[in-house]
Amino acid sequence: MPKPISRRTFLKSGLAAAGTLAATDGLAAASSPRNNHLATLIDISRCVGCGACVEACRETNSSKFPDPQKPFPKMMPARVKVSDWSDKQDVDDRLTPYNWLFIQSATVMVDGEETELTIPRRCMHCTNPPCVKLCPWGASRQYQNGISRIDTDMCLGGSKCKAVCPWNIPQRQTGDGLYLDLLPSLAGNGIMNKCDRCYDRVARGESPACIEACPEDVQIIGPRPEIVAQAHERAREIGGYVYGEHENGGTNTLYVSPVPFETLNAAIEKGPGRPHLGPAADRMADANNLGAALLIAPLAGAATALGRFYKAVRGKGQTRPEPTEPPTP
Amino acid sequence: MPTNAISRPADGRMPGQMRYFYMTLLFLMALSGFGQMPIFKRYYIADIPGLGWLAQFYVTHYIHYLGAVALLAIGAYTLVRYMTVERPRRRISPYGLLQGLIMATIVLTGLLRVVKNYEGYYLSSGLIVFLDILHLAAVMLFLLVGLWGLRSKKRWTKIR
Repeated sequence: MPKPISRRTFLKSGLAAAGTLAATDGLAAASSPRNNHLATLIDISRCVGCGACVEACRETNSSKFPDPQKPFPKMMPARVKVSDWSDKQDVDDRLTPYNWLFIQSATVMVDGEETELTIPRRCMHCTNPPCVKLCPWGASRQYQNGISRIDTDMCLGGSKCKAVCPWNIPQRQTGDGLYLDLLPSLAGNGIMNKCDRCYDRVARGESPACIEACPEDVQIIGPRPEIVAQAHERAREIGGYVYGEHENGGTNTLYVSPVPFETLNAAIEKGPGRPHLGPAADRMADANNLGAALLIAPLAGAATALGRFYKAVRGKGQTRPEPTEPPTP
Repeated sequence: MPTNAISRPADGRMPGQMRYFYMTLLFLMALSGFGQMPIFKRYYIADIPGLGWLAQFYVTHYIHYLGAVALLAIGAYTLVRYMTVERPRRRISPYGLLQGLIMATIVLTGLLRVVKNYEGYYLSSGLIVFLDILHLAAVMLFLLVGLWGLRSKKRWTKIR
């Protein structure tokens, strides 16, 4: 068992610096962007499932929760799904627009004994988040410290972020948001909500609420390279496994488990609002890898045209009949 | 065929095959582009047999990138061809200038969005929305002006 890294150490070294980056705007890219990200280590072996993190998250973020207006505007066409959690705000055994963190449980064999492992689940805060990059409107943004957040003042509730998220994390509440002021029956459907890593607390140099509330020190937060190293060290100590380092091309939430994640994934209850712990390929990589082709394409086109021009100029110097000239009698 | 033969219709249009390819490409770009918004599933279009892929975001995303590669190649080819072969005899028309500027806006905003999709680019919501609206508005304008141009038999170039 390593000396527990005190939350204060990371707060001082990591959060203070990273928090100031959270406010930066514009097209700023670092050479190793994810090395400037804040990551969290979640040690499953230490979690007792008390739910203090879930409670703390709800209390801290309740001011950000949806405030839907009823009756909801009728949406066209009729198949458009209404997502209403406003009467079920107490539900805390899955992700909802009002519950951004929940405890997933898995009964597995650990060292020959049947054990119930409990796992706090929320947004993974991917290093290159599809929910941010693929939102067609721009309601979601990522900060330089890696935190991704849906701006519910901008969100139209299209739910594409949920569809492109490998874990389908964002959850929708109908009846709230900007879409009400635009074309509520034709476009939009509410607002999407998910864990925002308490970005406002982090910007002030504080810890996310779930981390601060945990009585078992299940989570630690700090600069990503250190967290990754910590995760592997902890996994080595307990003969365990790491999840979240490479999934979807890399996330800033690293789980350490005493049993393989395939085992956990098979044992947990999965479904809407209950994300899996399985493999997640980096699906943005396919298109991003075409970047080189995008650079070469105009050069190739220009070169082809120049080549034809060169051939035409050369051809003019030689005696060749024009195709339209009639043959001389 | 002699290499100095200009295999282009006298009115300055693209050669037939390239024109067909270009129009199909524009159609695919518009389709995959609009598919970035969650509308095809909502409006039953993805229910049409064979069109289910229109609701698969990563598929339409990739197709849009592939189409952009082809579009950039054609665009550069056409531009250099105009600057070298065509300019002695033809010049850009007002219609061509308009469509050219609109297309340049589409391409520029599109490329900025490509850059944004890489890790390490942190745009503000405002900037993302601005690029989004500009890209979408320019596309709609290009399509509308293009439809009018097709109807009125407009050309991008005219004889000097």
